[in-house]
Amino acid sequence: MILTAKRNLLQGIVLLLIIIILGLLFLNAKNNLSQQGIQSGFHFLGLESGFEVSESVIDFTPRDTYFTALLVGILGTLKVSLVGVLFALIIGVFVGLMRLSENWLLAKLSLSFIEIIRNIPLLLQLFFWYALFTEFLPSVRNSLRPFSNVFLNNRGLFLPAVELGARWDLMFLSLALSLVVLFFYRKKWQKIKNDLGVDWRFKKYILCLPLVMFLLPWVFSGAKFDFILPKHIGFNIVDGISASPEFIGLLLGLSLYTGAFMAEIIRSGILSVHKGQWEAAKSLGLSRTQVLFKVVIPQSLRVIIPAMTSQILNLIKNSSLAVAIAYPDFVSVANTILNQTGQAIEVIGIIMAVYLIFSLSTSFFMNWYNRKVLWGQVK
Amino acid sequence: MGAGQVKSIKISKNPELLALPYLKRYHVWLKKNLFATPIDTLMSITIIFILWKMTSFLWDWLLTSAVWVGTAENCRQAQGACIAFLLEKAPFILFGFYPQESIWRPLLLFCFFILLIAFSKKRERWNLNLGIFWCAFLALFFIFMDGSFIGLKRVGIEKWGGLPLTLMLAVLGIGFSYPLGIALALGRKSKLPVLKGLSIIYIESIRGVPLISLLFMSSVMMPLFLPEGVTLHKLLRAQLAIIFFSSAYMAEVVRGGLEAIPQGQWEAARALGLNKMRILQLVVLPQALRVVIAPTVNTFIGLFKDTSLVIIIALFDLMYTAKASLKDPEWLGFSVEAYMFVALIYFVFCFSMSKYSRRLEREMSKG
Amino acid sequence: MTTPIIEISEMHKWFDDFHVLKDINLKIDKGEKIVICGPSGSGKSTLVRCLNNLEKYQSGKIIVNGHLLGKRGQNVELIRKEVGMVFQNFNLFPHKNILDNLTLAPIWVRNMPKKEAEERAMEYLSLVKIDDQTYKFPAQLSGGQQQRVAIARALCMQPKIMLFDEPTSALDPEMVKEVLDVMEDLAAKGMTMLVVSHEMGFAKQIADKVLFMDEGRILESAVPELFFKCPKHARTKEFLAQVLH
Repeated sequence: MILTAKRNLLQGIVLLLIIIILGLLFLNAKNNLSQQGIQSGFHFLGLESGFEVSESVIDFTPRDTYFTALLVGILGTLKVSLVGVLFALIIGVFVGLMRLSENWLLAKLSLSFIEIIRNIPLLLQLFFWYALFTEFLPSVRNSLRPFSNVFLNNRGLFLPAVELGARWDLMFLSLALSLVVLFFYRKKWQKIKNDLGVDWRFKKYILCLPLVMFLLPWVFSGAKFDFILPKHIGFNIVDGISASPEFIGLLLGLSLYTGAFMAEIIRSGILSVHKGQWEAAKSLGLSRTQVLFKVVIPQSLRVIIPAMTSQILNLIKNSSLAVAIAYPDFVSVANTILNQTGQAIEVIGIIMAVYLIFSLSTSFFMNWYNRKVLWGQVK
Repeated sequence: MGAGQVKSIKISKNPELLALPYLKRYHVWLKKNLFATPIDTLMSITIIFILWKMTSFLWDWLLTSAVWVGTAENCRQAQGACIAFLLEKAPFILFGFYPQESIWRPLLLFCFFILLIAFSKKRERWNLNLGIFWCAFLALFFIFMDGSFIGLKRVGIEKWGGLPLTLMLAVLGIGFSYPLGIALALGRKSKLPVLKGLSIIYIESIRGVPLISLLFMSSVMMPLFLPEGVTLHKLLRAQLAIIFFSSAYMAEVVRGGLEAIPQGQWEAARALGLNKMRILQLVVLPQALRVVIAPTVNTFIGLFKDTSLVIIIALFDLMYTAKASLKDPEWLGFSVEAYMFVALIYFVFCFSMSKYSRRLEREMSKG
Repeated sequence: MTTPIIEISEMHKWFDDFHVLKDINLKIDKGEKIVICGPSGSGKSTLVRCLNNLEKYQSGKIIVNGHLLGKRGQNVELIRKEVGMVFQNFNLFPHKNILDNLTLAPIWVRNMPKKEAEERAMEYLSLVKIDDQTYKFPAQLSGGQQQRVAIARALCMQPKIMLFDEPTSALDPEMVKEVLDVMEDLAAKGMTMLVVSHEMGFAKQIADKVLFMDEGRILESAVPELFFKCPKHARTKEFLAQVLH
């Protein structure tokens, strides 16, 4: 009895202290803000932004609102994060498997790569790649042309864009249709598989169906496949698709850095599977590839996926370093807004809220996944 | 993943190999590890070729064609690295805006620092005295760098920069975030809902946001929350941000360690009559912290690298001075040299930390 | 004179510089049941693991069911299809349920249709008396149940020889009997078995020959009656005195 009373008293005191401190802080802030003539509140979001953004997924002019600017920032973050995660995964799997190789040179080489990348700050690597791009690539006039329609210069990388003349809505519709069909027929297909035995080739053909259905509307509308080639006009390169030096610098830095960590995760995941599993599977006659794909990798995912999710979240958080090389990601744009409006508390609050949304969603996913791979254990 | 006939990679551990004459030994080792299959051989040859090309390029760039003495013009005309640039700018990159005539002070402190680290490496020496030594060193650092308390020319905190600043941020960051992280982890595991709730809110919020947002908070928002007339130098605010940031990650690492301690330890200790505080202090925490040495040092290494972010709020750490040195109109265009120099410094510190952590782990598992 | 199903001649094996198996000579006929015992570190597990190439040997010859097991693992796929192994730590696949554990190898190695594999799996499960746990996961079964499932899993590949590496050493005492019963059934059906075990009662009952290994050598090999009543070697006597207290 006394113990609970003591505990409650302690907690009550702590809560009271926290409330008092927060209250004091709040009062101070109010004071200081009114002294500087800054109004609290989020209505500044509706004001005209008055600044330009160097690159954006959607169209943006200085007449658009601060709110739209923030949207542009989020899209910028998503763009570099998605491509970055893709590249990082590729690098991670590649280097991770190299680490596990029986070739001594390959293993040591990948180890050196990982150690170098992991022990140098990401910011420094970003500066390095950015400097490489802006200082060592030629001007537009003397662009490098690795292929006749690809321009590489200190303004960026310019590639041909592909004009498909496609009705994307129809294509996705037919894709969805094919997936629905597959879903309804899956029991029947399982039965056929069970009766005939496993035929890998058969499975592969079934997977082609959604792809075929996806492409069908495009084929029907003429199967247009035009290249819009970048052209050198005056001081610029027009048409085609381009990637700015800022984007490429950020992308390279993020992918290599995160990829190095992912490589280690993959390696430790595969090594985490008990040797006995290898032995049992091998003694049943399974080939090495079969052991890897049917027994070891599924179990290693249990360790790999949570760690990978962390790394993906880290990549998204690290993309905020874009502010240092002037790529318009979310933090970059928010920072500009902060400097212009002085609404520090609101802007920083928005920044933290957006990132918290990212991290909480990944937390939920991880919890769901960890429950899924309990495999009958009681936790 | 399938062992060959030769059991271990190390030549010294292989009886069949040791039985062979000297040259044949390496022949067999090479055959197994580099040239086992045709594909293997192809890969090995390609890698050796690439490594050869890279080494000869670096050798030429760094040594043969490098310009050690000269002006920027000399460097631009030459093919090799511009070491002259580094020699010219090194004091600035390493020590920032610290006045030239007083540079012996941070230099001396740095030597002491290295000696102290070398001394602290042995685990046997870890005790209260060592802790006091470190605190004394930190106090000495502040007094000496500033100088006014001991009659030297005053060098205010706004002039400190470069490597000493980075090290200061890192050491104070590690020193304070470790105990704070432990406290948070204990708070999270506590049964009192208020403590547990507050800890969880703190940990999850901080871990969910990038360090940049906290640094912005420290430089822009914190002054708003301080009462009128009270100012805290930007550097100290950034230091607080780094400490708070790292402590959240530290808390999760320590929590992992605490959860790895079997319930039986608690029960045995309680049966012996120890109370909760004592159990933590004498039984559970020592074991928990030992179990998670590797992730702990990883967090420290992360902290060290994260200090580079203060460049974004215009603090003069190593990263800032490196970048600033590139803005000198007389010496434009040598970013590769500058960045590689700084990268080397960071690499040396971080890599040594990770090697040390591996050594610690090995020692712990034997003892 | 029928050829033995397993023939090991002058086999030596080293682990780094440690000579773990010294001059092993052993012939096992079809249907024979051999129990190997000895102190820990004597090399008994290693010997058994050499037979399906989980360990490689450096000198001598091993012939299993007419196939020569090469020093670099030649013929191992053929041999592994005919040799089943049961491990001390069961090594069931934790991410698959019991039924899938059993059908994995027949489906993917022998290309059996799933339905047939499942029918066969159910047969073997009832053989080891675990028919009601098919969709559970290994983590939900007791040790004894897991080991019996492991035996059934090995049997699903219809091997000609079964190797047992200390199958009951990791079990609680009350579960040892259920596993030994299954092994006795198997023996009665005529399976060639090579068992590393400390269970002397089991050896007395079903073994055709008992082998004693010490420090990498087979010191003694005799039928159970002779082995237990009048062991020839001093070390064997010592060991039996310790084990049969």
